[in-house]
Amino acid sequence: MIPATFEYVRARSVREAISLLQQHGGRAKLLAGGHSLLPLMKLRLSQPEMLIDLGPVDELRGIREEGGSLVIGALTTHDEVANSPLVRERVPLLAECASQIGDVQVRNRGTIGGNLAHADPAADYPAAALALEAQLECEGPAGSRTVPASQWFVDLLTTALGPDEVLCRVRVPVQTKGQGWSYIKLPHPASGYSLLGVACLVTVDGGVCRDARVAVTGAGPKAVRLTKVEQALVGKRLEEATVAEAARLASDGLEASDDLYASAEYKRHLAVVYTKRALLRAAERAAG
Amino acid sequence: MTGVRVSMTVNGVEYTRDVEPRTLLVYFLREHLGLTGTHVGCDTSTCGACTVLMDGKAVKSCTVLAVQAEGARITTVEGLARDGELHPIQQAFWDEHGLQCGFCTPGMMLAAVDLLQRNPNPTEDEIRHALEGNLCRCTGYQHIVNAVKAASRIMGAAVGAPAGGE
Ligand SMILES: Cc1cc2nc3c(=O)[nH]c(=O)nc-3n(C[C@H](O)[C@H](O)[C@H](O)COP(=O)(O)OP(=O)(O)OC[C@H]3O[C@@H](n4cnc5c(N)ncnc54)[C@H](O)[C@@H]3O)c2cc1C
Ligand code: FES
Ligand code: FES
Repeated sequence: MIPATFEYVRARSVREAISLLQQHGGRAKLLAGGHSLLPLMKLRLSQPEMLIDLGPVDELRGIREEGGSLVIGALTTHDEVANSPLVRERVPLLAECASQIGDVQVRNRGTIGGNLAHADPAADYPAAALALEAQLECEGPAGSRTVPASQWFVDLLTTALGPDEVLCRVRVPVQTKGQGWSYIKLPHPASGYSLLGVACLVTVDGGVCRDARVAVTGAGPKAVRLTKVEQALVGKRLEEATVAEAARLASDGLEASDDLYASAEYKRHLAVVYTKRALLRAAERAAG
Repeated sequence: MTGVRVSMTVNGVEYTRDVEPRTLLVYFLREHLGLTGTHVGCDTSTCGACTVLMDGKAVKSCTVLAVQAEGARITTVEGLARDGELHPIQQAFWDEHGLQCGFCTPGMMLAAVDLLQRNPNPTEDEIRHALEGNLCRCTGYQHIVNAVKAASRIMGAAVGAPAGGE
C-alpha cells in the first residue's frame, strides 16, 4: 500500500512550520513520527496534498526539568520517554504509560506530540496526560498559548489545536512523595492499542487519600477523567473494599462504543475491573 | 510529481537518490537499492518483517518515508555479516534453528539486535517483550527466543564485539 501523491517539505523551525501551515491552509498536514498519519494515508483515509516534516526541528526535542515540571519536546519518542531516567524518576506514571505503547518499533518512531495531537480514542498518552494534569504548549501565528489537558481532547480525533498551530511541548508536573500511580491497559491483541487503559495518581497523607485522579482511554470517542470514582476516594483509606466500591462507579455514565473486537458493554465492564486494579497498585505504591 | 533528494547511509555505504515523497523506506531499500533482504509482510505496521535499524533503533520501514531517513544510518540484514563472518545473531539463529521459512527472520534479527544493544543479557521474558512487534507464522517463537539468548551469550563472550550495524 502506497499513499496518494503529496508534496513534501522539511520545516527547519517551528516558525517555518507555522508559516507553511498558513500558506497551504487545509491542504497540508504536519508529519512527526508518521505512525498514525502514514497508516491512514496508506489506506487513503487521509490524503493531505502536502506534508510538512517536523523531523529536522531540533527545538522540539529533549526533556528538561523546569519549575516543578518536566518539559517534554513534542518530537520526543515514546521510547525516549519510557527510558529517560529523568521521566522515570520524576513522572513515573508517564514512563509506565509510554513503555506500554504499541511495540518497540512503534515506540522508536512515535512521538508524544503526534500522539496527543492525533487523539486516537485508543491511544495511551491521553489518559496519562489527563491524570497528570499536563499542560500542552502550542505555537501559532498569534503567538503561544497553553492548553490544559482537561480542555485538549474535544472529540474523536479532535483536539483544541488550531489549524495553523504546532504542539511544541508538554509540561508535566512532577509527582511528589506520597503519591501513588499506575497505568495499566488491556492491549488489543493485534494492534497493541488500548482496548481499555486506566491512568491513576493518588495522593495519600496519613493513610488517607487527599486527592485522586483517574482517567480512562479506549472506551469511547476520547479519554476522560472518572470524576465520580475520584470523589468516592477522597477522604478515605484506600483499602480494597473502598477501592472496589469506588471503581464500580467507573462505568457510571461512561460513554463507550462497540467496535469489531469488543462491545460497549464489555468495555464498561473492563473500565470497572481495570480501574480497581490500577487504583490498588497506585495505593500500594503510595504506601511505599 | 517532482522528486525529492534524499541521502542516507545504508550498511555503511552512502546513497543519494531522487525519490517520490510517498516512497516508503522499505521500497526504497528493496527497489531502489536492490536490498531485498528486508521483507514486506503486512504492509500495515503490524508484522515487523520490514524491521531495519535507523540510527541504531529498530523501526518498521513500511511506516517510514524514505525522505524521513534523510541523513540517517540504516542497517538492513545485508549489513549484519562482516568480512564473510556471520553476525552473532545470525550464527545463533542458525545454531538454534530460529527459522523455518525465513520470511520473518531479517526483521526478527534486527529487532533482536536493538534489544541486545540496550540489554546485553536479557531474560526470556524481556526477549519475548522486545519481539512483540514481530510475527512469525512458522516457529512458535521458542527457537527464536533461544537464538536471541544464544546470541547474547556469544556477544557477552566476545568482549568488545560490535553490537550490530555497519
Ligand atoms: C502498529 C501500531 C501500534 C500502535 N499502538 C499504539 C498504542 O498501543 N498506544 C498508543 O497510544 N498509540 C499507538 N500507536 C500510535 C503511535 O503511538 C503514534 O506514533 C502516535 O499516535 C502518533 O505520533 P506520531 O509522532 O507518529 O505522529 P504522526 O503520525 O506523524 O502525526 C499524527 C497526527 O498528529 C499531527 N501532529 C504530529 N505532530 C504534531 C505537532 N507537534 N503539532 C501539531 N500536530 C502534530 C499530524 O499532523 C497528524 O495529524 C500505534 C501505532 C502503530 C502503527
Ligand atoms: S510489512 Fe512493515 S510491519 Fe509488516
Ligand atoms: S520462520 Fe516463517 S514466518 Fe517466521
